[in-house]
Amino acid sequence: MTSVSNAKDSLSGGVSGRIRVALIGCSHRTAPVELRERVSFTSEQALHAAGELRRQGILEEAVVLSTCNRSELYGVPGDTGVQVTEALEDFLTSYHRISRAELDGRFYRWIGADAVRHLFRVAAGLDSMLLGEAEILGQLRTAYGQALESGSTGPVLNRAFQGALEVGKRVRAETEVGARPMSVAFAGVKLAERVFGKLKGRAALIVGAGAVAEQVVEHLRDRGIGSVRVVNRSPERAAELAGRFGGEAIAWDKLEEVLGTPDIIVTSVGGGPILTREMLERALAQRGGRPIFVVDLGVPRNVSSEATGLYNLYLYNIDNLGEIVEQNKRAREAEIPRAETLVNEQVAKFEAWRAALEASSIVDDLRGRFRKHREILLRERLAQLQDISPEERQHIASITEELIERVLDDPAERLRRGREMRGRLGAIEALRHLFGLDEKGSE
Amino acid sequence: MSFIANHLTFFALAFYAASFLCYARNLYAAHVPLGRLATILLIGGILLHYFALLERSHLTNSVPYDDLYGSMSLFAWLLGVTYVGLEIFHRQRSVGAFVTLLLVIWVALLRFVAPHMAPEPPPARGLVFAFHVTLNTWAYAAFALSFVLSMIYLVQDRVLRSHRPGAAFWRFPALDVLDRMCRSSVYVGLVALAIGVAGGFVWEHRLRGSYSWGDPKVIVTLAILGVYVAYLLLSRSARWRGARAALVCALNFLIVLFSYTFVNLYLTRFHRFF
Repeated sequence: MTSVSNAKDSLSGGVSGRIRVALIGCSHRTAPVELRERVSFTSEQALHAAGELRRQGILEEAVVLSTCNRSELYGVPGDTGVQVTEALEDFLTSYHRISRAELDGRFYRWIGADAVRHLFRVAAGLDSMLLGEAEILGQLRTAYGQALESGSTGPVLNRAFQGALEVGKRVRAETEVGARPMSVAFAGVKLAERVFGKLKGRAALIVGAGAVAEQVVEHLRDRGIGSVRVVNRSPERAAELAGRFGGEAIAWDKLEEVLGTPDIIVTSVGGGPILTREMLERALAQRGGRPIFVVDLGVPRNVSSEATGLYNLYLYNIDNLGEIVEQNKRAREAEIPRAETLVNEQVAKFEAWRAALEASSIVDDLRGRFRKHREILLRERLAQLQDISPEERQHIASITEELIERVLDDPAERLRRGREMRGRLGAIEALRHLFGLDEKGSE
Repeated sequence: MSFIANHLTFFALAFYAASFLCYARNLYAAHVPLGRLATILLIGGILLHYFALLERSHLTNSVPYDDLYGSMSLFAWLLGVTYVGLEIFHRQRSVGAFVTLLLVIWVALLRFVAPHMAPEPPPARGLVFAFHVTLNTWAYAAFALSFVLSMIYLVQDRVLRSHRPGAAFWRFPALDVLDRMCRSSVYVGLVALAIGVAGGFVWEHRLRGSYSWGDPKVIVTLAILGVYVAYLLLSRSARWRGARAALVCALNFLIVLFSYTFVNLYLTRFHRFF
């Protein structure tokens, strides 16, 4: 379901009932960054756009999800009879002042169960650039929360987005899709956790101030590292990085003096080995043999290869970490079928809920239709019968009312209790068609 | 053995097996409710096992340790109890799969150790003797747990050094956590053993006015106390902390096994199961 759909094909088949979710959007899979930039929404714009979509009557419920990798409009169309995805495209092009031709082949359009499935896959991280990444779930939660607060959502989107958040959590908890580190920096930190457990209260020493080392510090800080010291040949850069993360800058010539303190050492400087076996041996002795975890991100390597066998020293270089990241990517990909199964389960739950809602709604519609005919009929026929008392008129009215209830009783029960959801939705669709319930002004 | 005790042990085994399946599934893909269910099932198994032991005690009018079956059953129960205590204390479920697997195998083995035979009621030996045996069995259970934890530590350490972490690697506890859990387990074992041995000496002195220092069981038990104290000291020293200490702990358990099986069955005069 990841390819760009042909809107007409998708819309013409298999969509039943009036309660449906519609979606148009683009993502890193379908549109280049230049286009994604132009159709993105700030959080204020997202709320404004959702409000506008409702005000203009295109949607009854609306949520706009906009991240760096995707811009998507989710909504529940009203009974206006307009082609909702066409209307959404018109809205989007006028909102961002871009031509419709620019969207061709770049936007996907889904409606009904397909739209819900897409939303659930997005929440599960299955549609993300980095498979299983966790950020999208937070972004989705924020977008939905803001829309909910502003009153843009309703029962259908509430159900859909709550289902999405649930499946997002389940996929990450029950499969390996989001479990393993996918970047060299994060892999280093996760491996350190395999040695020390929680990093709260642990000490880290960063030697060099490169971009990857900076990422490592960010991850360490996120995981509550106790203290960070930065050593760099350029003291200004060391002070700048240390200042940014609330750490301490250390002079380059004091490197060996401070080696005995940290539990984690991250090196990323040019010029080859700076930590020899002897230096690390002394550091371990100073620490009473407590383990040191060393991440060597330097090329050429910053830690002498002779240090590899040191007892209680766990040393990982950039190649080791790269290999682990590759291994993890493959493991995550292998988990896709399990994650898809969870998504399918959640879609089935949503569709069952929708079918129940549809069933109750169509019975109400039919009841309304029958009552209307009954009233017309009674008015016409009883007008011709002058000698009927008001009590008899009332009696005839209550008999016809009972007749309507009896006629509707069985089909209502079958629609409610039908086991096969596709069959229920088909029956609902057939009823709508036969009684012309979707026609404008049918009531 | 009584019909009820036999069936209660069987149900306890079923709970242990279900708990193992939940722990194993939780290890493969962490799932908090499933982990909780694993713990609940284990506690359920322990409760059923407790009632099986109680029933057996009523039958023999004593603590159920006087034959190999009773001793093994008590050992398994105490292993479960000690593990649950450690799991709650260290908030760590990922070794549960290994401990419950050991429990399942152990309790299943019980069925091959004459489970239907009720032992002769032992002579009344008093409360001190009952504590002596129960605490010593508890110590063995705690040492068995420390063995499992040490083995996991050694495997984890090896995987970390090989730079090739597999799927389960990311789910196992950190080396530091395993080390702390292992030490906790050994502390429990040592305290239980020390009090149990002291109780044994007190009981013997009251009965005979002397101590049987020459009994192989006494000698091996004192050696066990010594090697585990040595482990605790080594696990804090610069040269031994980590994998070397874990190896020492794992090897120590071989002495426990020797004491529990060979010594109890063939060498000792006062600590035999038959």
